[in-house]
Amino acid sequence: MLLPHLPMSVESPAIEVRDLVKIYSGHTAVSKISFTVARGEILGFLGPNGAGKSTTMRILTGYLPATAGEVSVCGVPVATRASEIKKLIGYMPENNPLPDEMRVSEYLNYRGRLKEIPRRKLSLRIDEVLDLCDLTRVRHRIIGKLSKGFRQRVGIAEAILAEPPVIIMDEPTIGLDPHQILIVRDLIASLRGRMTVIISSHILPEIEMTCDRVLIINQGRVVATGTPADLRREVFGQARYDLEISGDIAATLPAALTQIEPTLHIAASGEPDAAGFRKLTLTSVREDDLGDTLLHALAIDGRFRVRALKRAQPSLEDVFLAATKRSWETVDAPAGASKGPTPNVQ
Amino acid sequence: MRHFATILSHEIRMSLVSSSTYIAAVLFLAVMGFIFSGVLENYSAAAQETSPAAVFFQLFWLPVFFMVPLLTMKCLAEERRLGTLETLLTAPVSTAEVVLGKYFAAYFLYLLLWASTGGFFYILYKFAGDARFIDLGPLLGGYLFIAVSGLLYVAMGVFASSLSRNQAVAGILSFTLLFGIIIGVRFIDTLEVLNLATMKPFRDAIDYSNVFTHLDDFTRGVVDTRQLLFYVSGTVLALIFSILGVEAKLIHS
Repeated sequence: MLLPHLPMSVESPAIEVRDLVKIYSGHTAVSKISFTVARGEILGFLGPNGAGKSTTMRILTGYLPATAGEVSVCGVPVATRASEIKKLIGYMPENNPLPDEMRVSEYLNYRGRLKEIPRRKLSLRIDEVLDLCDLTRVRHRIIGKLSKGFRQRVGIAEAILAEPPVIIMDEPTIGLDPHQILIVRDLIASLRGRMTVIISSHILPEIEMTCDRVLIINQGRVVATGTPADLRREVFGQARYDLEISGDIAATLPAALTQIEPTLHIAASGEPDAAGFRKLTLTSVREDDLGDTLLHALAIDGRFRVRALKRAQPSLEDVFLAATKRSWETVDAPAGASKGPTPNVQ
Repeated sequence: MRHFATILSHEIRMSLVSSSTYIAAVLFLAVMGFIFSGVLENYSAAAQETSPAAVFFQLFWLPVFFMVPLLTMKCLAEERRLGTLETLLTAPVSTAEVVLGKYFAAYFLYLLLWASTGGFFYILYKFAGDARFIDLGPLLGGYLFIAVSGLLYVAMGVFASSLSRNQAVAGILSFTLLFGIIIGVRFIDTLEVLNLATMKPFRDAIDYSNVFTHLDDFTRGVVDTRQLLFYVSGTVLALIFSILGVEAKLIHS
């Protein structure tokens, strides 16, 4: 590809971070973070504001020096060979700063020359990137006059311009409307397998849909890591069912549930509505789906009338809230988690 | 230094398409034209001993005080405020390349503006039709002084810009630094206390760095290498501090 002279060993992971620490004048922004990103993987960075996401990303790019710890990109250590790292990374900072007075193609041309793309290839590559990011229509427009969605895509186009093996984007979808988010998501998904991508975001479904793996950071520490499915299991450790039922619930339902499955409990109970139906949340440690058994057993039981039953899939949002709460140690994790918003899985 | 030329040409291009450059240029030429016509009026009233060029360059500090801050205050402060410094420094570019590229772009504009005042002398020559008005020695000496001293002044402006993310602060700081080195040194030179025998080394140092002495020498055609060294070493120092200023802000950000 572009940088054949760089001593990149193919076997080394795209990014390796070990015990990374960053202290800003007494305040610890990142404390002992360790993680690895495989080549071609898309990693999502999650965390509340001030968790240390941007700091970690900036250290990865070699822009900020780390206080302690080891960071290497494609086997190249960031601390000692920062100039090589810069050629391996395409970076889009938070808020996507762009020079307002330049035209889109001019800007990409300038950045391409800074990124040492050979002059012959540059204009071809710019056409390619403009096409990929759907910017061809605005290539001669002035960046300052573009809408937010276009600006964001200019930032992404700039990051992937030199075809670096690693792309780091700090909140690429912030401030976009749903339609634009869709475009950006497709764009990121199209990089899968070819480039290693790290994105941070607050929009959790976004991360869930695009990322292979998620890393949740809070207060400078990794509080959870894994695929979205792994995280659900790890953080909740139980399956949840939403049930709408009428009948003598308080007296007879718990016993009936224990008969069906010993680990099944009522976690929350709502008020009866006009027709006498209550909304209940049931939990069980059983991983496999109890829905069928449950519905069948309750339907033949004359004491209850069932209107609806569904298995609730905790969203990444629940996982995120639970994981960050757990790390704050202010609320017990499972109790805190169940208060999270429940997704509508129909 | 691979990207120096890329950044330099980019910066020059950007300032040539920006309207603020032209506004600054118009203001500069208006002030200089005003000074120049004032000088000429003096000459028409009474015979003078020195050539118009020498008197004209005596007032060089006036435009320096507002032009240099205007040209340089933006260069690093604005990049830092907008966050584009981050995108710039995460490209395979060194801080030195960025600072030098921006410095020489500002210096180029500074020279361009001063060169445009050459038009005044051309007009004078054309309409007076008298070569005596154009004393080529002081004229070339004056422009040479402007070019050499400009190296230091622009570098000081870039240094001020590297210290702040606020353009106004950078501008004021740069004005203060320039005021100190041009007027401040001249003022200290007039202090009686420096005439004491024990103050001899200070007196020498102040004399050495008095900008107006340099100007007199240059317009008389004396190009002293010690004076050249003063400006070149000052420039190098200011640029090194600018690079450190940018990097220190990253470490302590």
